[in-house]
Amino acid sequence: MSYLTLNHIRKQFGTSVAVQDFNLSAEKGEFISFLGPSGCGKTTTLRMIAGFEPPTSGEILLQGKNITHTPANKRNVGMVFQAYALFPNMTVADNIGFGLKIAGTPKSDIQQRVNEMLELIHLPDFGNRYPQQLSGGQQQRVALARALAFRPQVLLLDEPLSALDAKIRVDLRGEIRRIQRQLNITTIYVTHDQEEALSMSDRIVVMNKAIVEQIGTPFEIYNYPATDFTARFVGQLNQLKCVVRNAQTGECEISGQAIRTQTTIAKPNGSEIRLAIRPEEIYFGKKEGLNVLSGVIDEVNFLGAIVRIRLLIGNQHITGDLFNERTFIPPSIGTPAEFSFSPEACWIAEK
Amino acid sequence: MNTDKKFPIWSWVWFGLGALYFFLPLIATLDFSLRAQKGTISLLAYTRAMSDPKFVEAFSFSTIMAFVTIIVSLGLVVPTLYWVHLYLPKLRPWVEFVTLMPFVIPAIVLVFGLLRTYSAPWIINFGGTPITILPSLTESKIGTRILLISGYVVLSLPYIFRAVDNGLRSIDVRTLTEAGQSLGADTLTILRLVIFPNLRSALLSGALLTFAIVIGELIFAAFLAQPAFGPYLQHLGQHRAYDSTALTIVSFALTWAVMGLIDFVTRSNVPQKSH
Repeated sequence: MSYLTLNHIRKQFGTSVAVQDFNLSAEKGEFISFLGPSGCGKTTTLRMIAGFEPPTSGEILLQGKNITHTPANKRNVGMVFQAYALFPNMTVADNIGFGLKIAGTPKSDIQQRVNEMLELIHLPDFGNRYPQQLSGGQQQRVALARALAFRPQVLLLDEPLSALDAKIRVDLRGEIRRIQRQLNITTIYVTHDQEEALSMSDRIVVMNKAIVEQIGTPFEIYNYPATDFTARFVGQLNQLKCVVRNAQTGECEISGQAIRTQTTIAKPNGSEIRLAIRPEEIYFGKKEGLNVLSGVIDEVNFLGAIVRIRLLIGNQHITGDLFNERTFIPPSIGTPAEFSFSPEACWIAEK
Repeated sequence: MNTDKKFPIWSWVWFGLGALYFFLPLIATLDFSLRAQKGTISLLAYTRAMSDPKFVEAFSFSTIMAFVTIIVSLGLVVPTLYWVHLYLPKLRPWVEFVTLMPFVIPAIVLVFGLLRTYSAPWIINFGGTPITILPSLTESKIGTRILLISGYVVLSLPYIFRAVDNGLRSIDVRTLTEAGQSLGADTLTILRLVIFPNLRSALLSGALLTFAIVIGELIFAAFLAQPAFGPYLQHLGQHRAYDSTALTIVSFALTWAVMGLIDFVTRSNVPQKSH
């Protein structure tokens, strides 16, 4: 039996639908991300699990118990907010111990648990400080400790890293995952940052316009996107217009250049389709046995670890990512060049 | 080229005129209050006014009324505005409009309204037997005091509203409340442990303003025949001019001290060092 279940959850604000037919079963200890652009309904879904918004229809089960109409303060669900939301009038220790104090835990037990949590977030000497005296990253660690101290059944995080600097964001990302694994707590993580979702999650729920586009492991989401939206939203993607030459063998043509794909094509010969390919599956130069596209380089971006090169083929662009090497001399704009990719690397995008 | 700023002579002229307009009567009052003893400057009027047992009585009565008013006002305004900020933000301008009423309706109209409405008992006829829902409030001491405090609460509304509203705007009420809820706290606990402590300086400044208003209030106390400081001062003015001017100066000083305290409290908005 799944630990946290969302059955046919729907949320409507007036006439606008915020979440439509959301279904999910999370296992104990699973880390699930809700990923999507702003306004896709991911935060609304999280707030329904927290109890801050009632669903218009559908039910939420926690360990088999229906909590759909349980008030937020009776749900035993910990929450971390984007804006930290630490109580400014309390010390770090009092913030962390707040949930236990409300539950009527004896003072000595609270003290012990607070110290435990401070160790867990690597801020052992910060108990007597006030939130205003901490950096953003430290405040969010304390918020995490506060949300975990009272031993909730589920941990919810609402874009917890969006307000932080890039470097701290990456550090804290690893920190959250480490703590989550250590406590084996079922976690729902809302983010619009695909890198965050891909690097942290056991599974990702991709959402767009109130609808769940796909639920899968980061590997599945990235390599086998179920919908056009998922393919475009997660990672970089080339989409090339091409004409079907032989639907049976999967051959087609891009601006007069022949291309082989792995699958049979469901469209008749001569019809136009779109071919999708990730930039990192493209090799620079001509490679034997692979598809080769010739064109003219019209953009070179040096991004450090990778060099992103754009090739103009006929009237279309295709971008390829190459790993940087010290001996590599980036090609100059306007020179003719070739891109190669294997037939397995590309797939037919939905229209 | 001359880049020196011209001395803003007209600004200073207007400022000087304004200051004179404000300070001259005050200086005159102060001067007058020091001349109770013919021919010399003395504090006689002050010592005489302060040692009058009636002064102590009136002043302590008004002080108690002020404290009760502060408690009732805060108890009314803080939960109301908290709710408005949290769930009904569109209602805020309307609430603000209601709190501005004492500026629009003169106190004399308010007090007559109260007297007319509450001097007669409220009796309804329940199947032939009359049942008293509310007795006449003006016939008992406690009833009249309830009316007085109700009036003071209305008078203090614009000030308390502004103070609490500013306080609530400076904290993220919604997220703090949700954080509290997710940690298991109910609304009352969140108000008590999170919202009230974070509004500390806002509540204090609202309370001090209310104190200043109640101490100087005349019309409500006079028409409800209450032994407050306002009517006492007015009565004194009719019989002992020197003593009443002395008390006017004292109440001015008190008001200024209160204002200074407000300024101090709202400026020193640093976290407390310990519990």
